[in-house]
Formats: sequence, structure tokens, C-alpha cells
Amino acid sequence: MADDTHAPEIVIDMQKVVTRFGSHVVHKGINLQVRRAEIFAVIGGSGSGKSTLLREMILLQSPNEGSVQVLGTALADINAASALALRQRFGVLFQNGGLFGSLTVLENIGLPLREHRKLKDAEIDTIAATKLAAVQLGEEVAHQYPSELSGGMLKRAALARALVLDPELLFLDEPTAGLDPQSAAGIDALVRELCEKFGLTIVMITHDLDTLWQVADRVAVLADGTVQGVGSMAELSKMNKPGIQAFFEGPRSRAAQTQTHAVAASAIKEPSSKPK
Amino acid sequence: MGDVAQPQTPFLERIGRSTVAIWEQALAMLSFVGESSIALGGWMTHPGRVRWRPVLFNLRRAGFDALPIVGLLSFLLGIVVAYQGADQLRQYGANIYVTDLVGLSMLREFAPLMTAIIIAGRSGSAYAAQIGTMAVTQEIDAMRTLGIAPLEMLVLPKLIALVIAMPLLTVFADVLGVAGGMLMAQAQLGVSFSVFLDRFPHAVSITSYLVGIGKAPVFAVIIAMVGCFQGFLTRGGPESVGQHTTRAVVQSIFLVIVADALFSIAFSVLDL
Repeated sequence: MADDTHAPEIVIDMQKVVTRFGSHVVHKGINLQVRRAEIFAVIGGSGSGKSTLLREMILLQSPNEGSVQVLGTALADINAASALALRQRFGVLFQNGGLFGSLTVLENIGLPLREHRKLKDAEIDTIAATKLAAVQLGEEVAHQYPSELSGGMLKRAALARALVLDPELLFLDEPTAGLDPQSAAGIDALVRELCEKFGLTIVMITHDLDTLWQVADRVAVLADGTVQGVGSMAELSKMNKPGIQAFFEGPRSRAAQTQTHAVAASAIKEPSSKPK
Repeated sequence: MGDVAQPQTPFLERIGRSTVAIWEQALAMLSFVGESSIALGGWMTHPGRVRWRPVLFNLRRAGFDALPIVGLLSFLLGIVVAYQGADQLRQYGANIYVTDLVGLSMLREFAPLMTAIIIAGRSGSAYAAQIGTMAVTQEIDAMRTLGIAPLEMLVLPKLIALVIAMPLLTVFADVLGVAGGMLMAQAQLGVSFSVFLDRFPHAVSITSYLVGIGKAPVFAVIIAMVGCFQGFLTRGGPESVGQHTTRAVVQSIFLVIVADALFSIAFSVLDL
């Protein structure tokens, strides 16, 4: 699915990244490149350091060695002002949503605007409402608190907040974890739509084989502290490495393989807002 | 820290490990206080960045909402002090000195200490629980990625609000504690309100009053810092929130009493 017609621009570049927790080495030299407007997934077993890798991309943690570049900015020794500027160019959907429990959904979505843009309250609410519609949530959700929402709605609301500053890059941490199959399929479709409509680059961590087969353009397999292989799921399934094959064996994997990208495109009808 | 002792590890090793753990936590606490001070310095040099809404919100929560409990307990404490003193004073016919007893002990020691202990239990625990829950639900991470400094959003407003609220609460505790003592003085010793109040300015110097209130902001800093620090230490699941909340209360009460003891020594050296 990756756009191969012209030389792809590199959005994230990780070189020789080494991360240690005490004496435990999580990353032993990771090299990764994410291209513009692709959906890039990172998979790996528990404790393989996927989440740590994501945290290193979103400025929540620094690697012990190696370089990380996001949207052309090197993250090592970044100063506060450029960190703030960079943070406004990407959005993050956390595994638990990370919505603020003390704010309503609409206030949560509008918060980044309130913090970083000089807009009137009414304008902020209007933009927040369009984002809410873009993730296919009804208006009645706007004034509810995160604790009143179901898991799927929570992720959608959190996604709306991640999108409110119209980022170029979106990070998703286990976007479908803990959701029922129908909600998960809905999120998959939404992610696909965001990438195709707005040309967003999406980096996700996931365990969900359906998501991997139907949504991801390229997948990186993380094991033993290194990247075992990068490619589409079809390409990876043909690679003969034990670290990779572990993900393609078993009935769950085979069932996911038989489905196609078709599901992803069909679940969407509602048009959404244009990016500025 | 806090782990159940395992029979396999030798006694000396356990002592060594917990010493290192305590030392590391003390260092972490110190760097947290340092970071908060830098953030506070940033607010002082750029007053436009101060987040007044959470400051006012915390002022109401930790200050105004605590008035009934602080008032009631101080009142009862005043009664207890006067009641305990009454017997001794009556034996010597020194009934009038109940004013000195109640006035000095309440204003210098009991009101600030009592207020600090109540606030540590009430607000210190709430701070740790709130920040801890936010850490567990990734709200703190979300805050950072949205470009909002958690220290400025969560810690400084609590610190500033408590530093303002605690001296005021202490004054309130002073008034109600003395009122409780006064009530008991009349009931037990026959010292009327007017006699009590006439004696009061002679019994209690303005220094004693200021010494009591002067401790309050220090206690406020201890409670706010320890509560927030324990909140940020929370990792993993909900049980960790409970653990750190408990730790916040125990440590802040411990440190408040240690600070109070140091104050006593310092004041006696300074002859205040």
C-alpha cells in the first residue's frame, strides 16, 4: 500500500538506538525509518521495548545512545522552545486514552487549542466539535466526562484531541487493545481514513493481527533488542527468521491473513472536516 | 522499600539494600524540589504564565473546605488542654494562669501542628492520589505531549495555594482553640470570659503568635512537596496509587513533626 511513485520523505529516523534500564538492555541498536503518509506499525512480544521506542519518539524518554530524528528535528539536546514547537506537530493516542478526567470531552479536545492558540472560546468549541464529528462521535458525547464513555468512544475522543492541532504525524499506542471486535474494526477504518484523506503519517504499536493485516502499510518486528525485519505483512510472512515467524504461526494469525483491506474502507460514510 | 523480608536474603544485605533505597528516594525528592523551585522561579519572572484558575481552585479545596474540620478539632483540643491543666492549676490556686497555658500552647504549638496534621491527611493524600491516578491513566504523559508542563499545572498551584491557606487556617485554629480553652476555664476554674481576655495580652506575646504562624508556610511546603512527589512516583496499577497515598501521609506527618522539633530547638537558641 505504500506510495512508491516518488522518493519517500523520511519523517522519523532512528539510528543505532540503545536503551538500558539499569543492567537490562532493551534496545541493542535499533535502526528505523518511517516515510511520510504511510501507516507504520511496530510489533513485538511483551517486554521487547515497543512502548519504550514510542516514548523515545514522542519526547517522553531519551535513549542512552543513538540518534532520533522526528520531522527533521534531532531529539537529542532539544531545547524547551523547539520541543514545544515539535510537540504541536504530532498527536499521540495513548493506550488508556489519556483524557483528563476532570474535563468534559469537548474541553479535553479543545485543551491544546486553549493552551497554544489565541482563539476565542466559541471558536475553540466549534473546532473541537468538528473534530468530534471527524472521529464519528455524536454531539451528545461532547458534554460527557471521559469516565462516562465506553472503551471505543474513549479512544475516538482521545483521537479527536490528538488531531485538534492538525498534526502531520500521529502516534497510536495499542489503538484497538481492550475493544470488542466491532469497535476495533471501526478504529481500524478510521485510522485508514485519516491516513488517506489527510495524508497523515501514522506510527502505531499494536498486537492486533487484524489491524496489522488491514491497516498497516509497513511493519517492523522487534525482538531481542533489534529490528528483525521491516516490510508489509505479506513480505514479512515470507521471511524465514524465527523472530518474525513467531507472529505468523497459529490459528489466530491465519484467520487474520485471510481477510483483506476491504473491511477497512467500507465502514466509513460520514465526511469529516478538512485540515487547515 | 516496604517489601516483605525474604528469608533467603541475608540480614546485612537487606539493611544495605533498604539504606540505598532510602538514600535514592531522598535524592529523587531533592531533585523534585529543585525542579519545582526552577518552575516557580519561571513563574516569578514571568507572572503572565501563572495558572490562576488551579491556584484558586486549590485554595478553595485545601483552605476554605478545611475550615470546619480544622475549627472543630482545634476547639476540642483547646478544651482538652484547659481541662488537663485545670486540676494542676487549682491545687496551687493559680486558676488565672489557664490563660497562659491555653494561649501559649495553642498559639505556639498546637494550632500550627494540628492544622498541618489535618491538612497532611486531607490534602497531602488527595494530592498523591490525584497525581498518582493521572500517572497510571497516562494523563501525565498526555499532558507532556500536549506541551503542558505537569509541574506548572499540577504542583505549583497546590504549593502556592497551600502556602497561602495554611497560615490562614492556623489563625482560625488559634481563635477556635483559645475559645475552647476559654469555655473550659469558665466551666472548671471559674475564670470568666472577660477575665480570661484581660489576661490574654499579658500572657501571650506577639512573638509567640508570629512564631506559630511562621511555621505554617514551612509545613505547607513539606505537605505539598511530599504529596506531589509521591504522586509522581506512582507506577503500574491502582494498588500503587493507594501505596503512595499512604506513604505521602506518613512521610509528610513525620517530616512536619521533625520540622517542628527543629523549630523548637532553633527558637530556644534564638531565645524567642
